[in-house]
Amino acid sequence: MITELGHFALILAFMIAIFQTVVPLIGAHKRWPGWMAVAEPAAQAQFFFTAFAFGALVWAFVTSDFSLRLVTLNSHSAKPMLYKISGTWGNHEGSMLLWVLIVSLFGALASVFGAGLPQTLKARVLAVQASIGVAFFAFILFTSNPFLRLAVPPFDGQDLNPLLQDPGLAFHPPFLYLGYVGLSMAFSFAVAALIEGRVDAAWARWVRPWPLAAWIFLTIGIALGSWWAYYELGWGGFWFWDPVENASFMPWLLAAALLHSAIVVEKRESLKSWTILLAILAFGFSLIGTFIVRSGLLTSVHAFANDAERGIFILMILAFFTGGALTLFAARAQSMQARGVFGLVRREGALVANNILLAVACFVVFFGTLWPIVAEMAFGRKLSVGPPFFNSAFTPFMVLLGMIMPIGAMLPWKRGNLKQVIHKLRYAFVLALALGALAWAVQTGRSALGPVGLFLGSWMVFGALVDLWGRTGSLARLMRLPRADWGKATAHAGLGVTVFAIAGLTAWQQEDIRVAQIGAPFTAGAYEIRLDAVARARGPNYFTTMGTVTVTRAGKSVAVMHPEKRNYPVAKMPTHRGGD
Amino acid sequence: MKNLKKQRRIQVLALAAIALVVATGLIGYAMRDGINYFRSPSQVVETPPPPSEVFRIGGLVEDGSLVRDQGETVSFAVTDGGATVPVTFAGVLPDLFEENQGMVGTGRFINGVFEASEILAKHDETYMPKEVVDALKAQGVYQEPES
Repeated sequence: MITELGHFALILAFMIAIFQTVVPLIGAHKRWPGWMAVAEPAAQAQFFFTAFAFGALVWAFVTSDFSLRLVTLNSHSAKPMLYKISGTWGNHEGSMLLWVLIVSLFGALASVFGAGLPQTLKARVLAVQASIGVAFFAFILFTSNPFLRLAVPPFDGQDLNPLLQDPGLAFHPPFLYLGYVGLSMAFSFAVAALIEGRVDAAWARWVRPWPLAAWIFLTIGIALGSWWAYYELGWGGFWFWDPVENASFMPWLLAAALLHSAIVVEKRESLKSWTILLAILAFGFSLIGTFIVRSGLLTSVHAFANDAERGIFILMILAFFTGGALTLFAARAQSMQARGVFGLVRREGALVANNILLAVACFVVFFGTLWPIVAEMAFGRKLSVGPPFFNSAFTPFMVLLGMIMPIGAMLPWKRGNLKQVIHKLRYAFVLALALGALAWAVQTGRSALGPVGLFLGSWMVFGALVDLWGRTGSLARLMRLPRADWGKATAHAGLGVTVFAIAGLTAWQQEDIRVAQIGAPFTAGAYEIRLDAVARARGPNYFTTMGTVTVTRAGKSVAVMHPEKRNYPVAKMPTHRGGD
Repeated sequence: MKNLKKQRRIQVLALAAIALVVATGLIGYAMRDGINYFRSPSQVVETPPPPSEVFRIGGLVEDGSLVRDQGETVSFAVTDGGATVPVTFAGVLPDLFEENQGMVGTGRFINGVFEASEILAKHDETYMPKEVVDALKAQGVYQEPES
């Protein structure tokens, strides 16, 4: 019964979304307040019914209702509760429902928090957002309906893919989707502004929170995914420049660029058309990412079984939204006149440099990701683009970005004085250089990557600290600093830590593959590693063979690890997990 | 004011153009060793690539060819129905690696043996890499999975 209500609610939400697209758009064009005003309640009702449909699906998974095809294929009654719930989005149909739930969530949020927006802009934003919803509601209802029943329900389900039964991956899709779909809000604002023909500082102030939130969620989502890949897939790495990984990385790069260019629109009324273009492209790349993951067009280590028909549907959605928005952009971009002139050696100039570097870096990733398709179609050669490509074509732009970031972050608006900024940063630079040199001296005969990464990373961290301190000068005032300044310093320092971690891992990681005998220790670097015991045990829906590994350094125990090999009998699938 | 605006725009566009040119140059440079061609076992046997070239091979793991118990290295043979190539791999095989299953490996072809540095894992039971499907189809031995 609840399932049927959920299915019905989904169809109802689809109808509301169509209504919410058409009526406010006409209303805003004709300036009819009544027609514009329906956008808000419609957005909230659309969210309510989508949430109800999603809740009904979660309920079916929680109660193990095996009369639902989706539940039978992806769940099992013995599965732990966390994975029963996360199983809802651990499959294609459910994850698309989650996607559209987030589209309508953002629409509803905009209708609640957008009280200060001019009426026409608000009606248009909500209408564009609803049109994205329409496309995905249609996609779900016509190609991937999660509410299909089975005529003869089986006694038990076939279990969720065991690799997905992991806390890292249970929360990876919701965060990733909050990020992907969060960018739809920036897209809606951009298209609404194009229809409106006006972009000003106020517009930028309204838009900015959305890509910021989306970017933060995307960062968390990517981090969760790569943490999972590290220990569950056990390839000894966090990032493989795989098409599916790149699919989430391209919107991340463009969202980062968008965040920075929107600041220029807000503070200096400049870079307007570029910001609009970025907003369109950032969401466009979210759609491209969805297409790459769901179509299976590219061979990926992360590929899941997929379906060509669905790929074509998503491709059509992608073509309609990016093509339509770009056409509108070409017609209307002329009307976005910049107000002031901006200097190159100013904050705004530095932000332009940031945007150029991020956009070009995104272009490189895009090229490397899609080149296999182009090569196969144009030259009939099957090939893959590996990490060496990205390491040498992508890294230089990031290094340059890291070098100028601390300087650019401290340059003032309007009147920039490069000398002054460099003077303030000189200790940070010297200290970072000293750390790099120290690492260079300590290590012998290894690649220069480690020391260089340490220098660059600490330069970025110290730069952020100097910036924070320079703004205040005393601890009491530091605590009263606006949250935006804290956010900026945290994000910049965090990027520095990431740069150092990547370089350090690449340069100093040691891998040793060997067969371990129980009780016979071996050494790796300064550590002694001993396999103490191997035991068999039972989990809720799996059997496991777990080792106990002790790591000692100079006779002192450092860590006890428990690597295990699990066998999920229902899914007929073994997995192994690194010691954590 | 108007002129300065124009000048700025030209400067920014010039910067962007330089960045794009540098990017194109880097892409061209990185393409030389960042690209791995895909070869089916039949193609490898027909025209063996030089031992210096890193490429990808894909096909089915031949029945009864998997030998695990020789220390760190495992060996098996990969086939597309037309030809068979022996493979060695030092490392942990993916969990879903089995005989009669599709696999894709990256490595070099040295003295008639493919020395893999990486074996591609699939995430679920029903997935087969697209290249493997195509290679099997080329030899006419591909069977549609029942679903």
